[in-house]
Amino acid sequence: MNNQEKEPMFSAKNLKLFTAPLGKENPITVQVLGICSALAVTVKLKPAIVMALSVMIVTAVSNLVIAAIRQYIPDRIRIIVQLVVIATMVILVDQFLKAYVFDVSKQLSVFVGLIITNCILMGRLEAFAMGNKPWPSFIDGLGNGAGYGMILVIVAFFREFLGSGTIYGYPVMQKLGVYSAGYENNGMIILPPMALIFVGLIIWLQRSRNKSLIENK
Amino acid sequence: MKNFSNRYIFIFSSVMVIAVATLLSLAATLLQPAQEKNLEIEKKKSMLESIGVPATRDNTEELYDKYIKESFVLNSKGEPVEGVEAFTVVLRNEQKKPLDQQYLPVFRATPDDGEKVIILPVEGKGLWGPIYGYVSLKADLNTIYGVTFDHKGETPGLGAEINTTPFESMFNGKRLFDNGEFVSVHVLKGGVSPNDIHGVDAISGGTITSKGLEKMLFDCIQKYNDYFLKNRN
Repeated sequence: MNNQEKEPMFSAKNLKLFTAPLGKENPITVQVLGICSALAVTVKLKPAIVMALSVMIVTAVSNLVIAAIRQYIPDRIRIIVQLVVIATMVILVDQFLKAYVFDVSKQLSVFVGLIITNCILMGRLEAFAMGNKPWPSFIDGLGNGAGYGMILVIVAFFREFLGSGTIYGYPVMQKLGVYSAGYENNGMIILPPMALIFVGLIIWLQRSRNKSLIENK
Repeated sequence: MKNFSNRYIFIFSSVMVIAVATLLSLAATLLQPAQEKNLEIEKKKSMLESIGVPATRDNTEELYDKYIKESFVLNSKGEPVEGVEAFTVVLRNEQKKPLDQQYLPVFRATPDDGEKVIILPVEGKGLWGPIYGYVSLKADLNTIYGVTFDHKGETPGLGAEINTTPFESMFNGKRLFDNGEFVSVHVLKGGVSPNDIHGVDAISGGTITSKGLEKMLFDCIQKYNDYFLKNRN
């Protein structure tokens, strides 16, 4: 046993694996991965949250599995092995959603399947899990899933609030009585391109606050 | 990274595939009852929507028992078929059989306004996959009382609009027959006049889905023609 085994489970290094993707290593706003699904599932908060949780589970567990067997994976077929692990996880998640959260699974329909092609997953497996121990890989997966989910939820909050006048299905705007004052929901915000604009705004905000993210010309 | 032999790679892949297959089939088998229950509720919920009863997942069973009292199966000549439960008929499988062997389910319901309606299931093809729904007819077996449609994977914002209330509500009050001849309801591009009793507006950008829906209505409802003729008063 080498001395790395003695490292505490929640060491500063491991915690950083979780927090970095939430901030300056965010998969969506900094690495600009996983955008396609971010556009599709952010019309309402509920599917966004379910999608976020599903991606967190799938990234974390596939990272864990790949890291656990990384020494036994033949290099030549490693991408296939990674895909098999991801696909298995996604199918399991899909089956569970169909059995226990049917409405959401209907809404997410194709997008759960598309988690397989989410670049964040392959990226983390190839870049992190193939070269690290299971526990840090698991945290890294959770962190990246959370970083992705966080942006999803923020975007979905604004799109649902401004586009449909509700928050998590609760008719906020109606309760405030702004409709009688002539307010109308902005239907354009429900359309997918608006998600891109929201993601863009978040990227802008993040870069203006953290200059180190701006590339040198 | 170690250099693995071809034999190792083959063994590794085989073991991986068998392990994954076992896991997935196990999950599928264990979760199947819950999934089937969900599909059943979904089906009942759609039927209730076609007669204008809004149901949630929790009260669907209860409302279904309250409103939909009777169901039976017909053959293409409009004669009742004994011994087949209408709810369990899968339309997709029926449509693969020759017409004279097909089972045609009918559900009788009485919404709150006292109208005696029948609910007919319909299924057809959209752009990307199946589209399906329920059409409920008033007691004259001619006027549409309500419809509900759904789809497997039509394009969101375009073809997928068929399952929205603004589209579905256009069908209310439309007629299927013109002087005793079956004409169904047409889904027309470029707007229809409000007086057109056989036409509704197509979905902009969803032409193929709209056409598929029109064909679905015609093909599926036409099969009940003999039943309509016998029972119209």
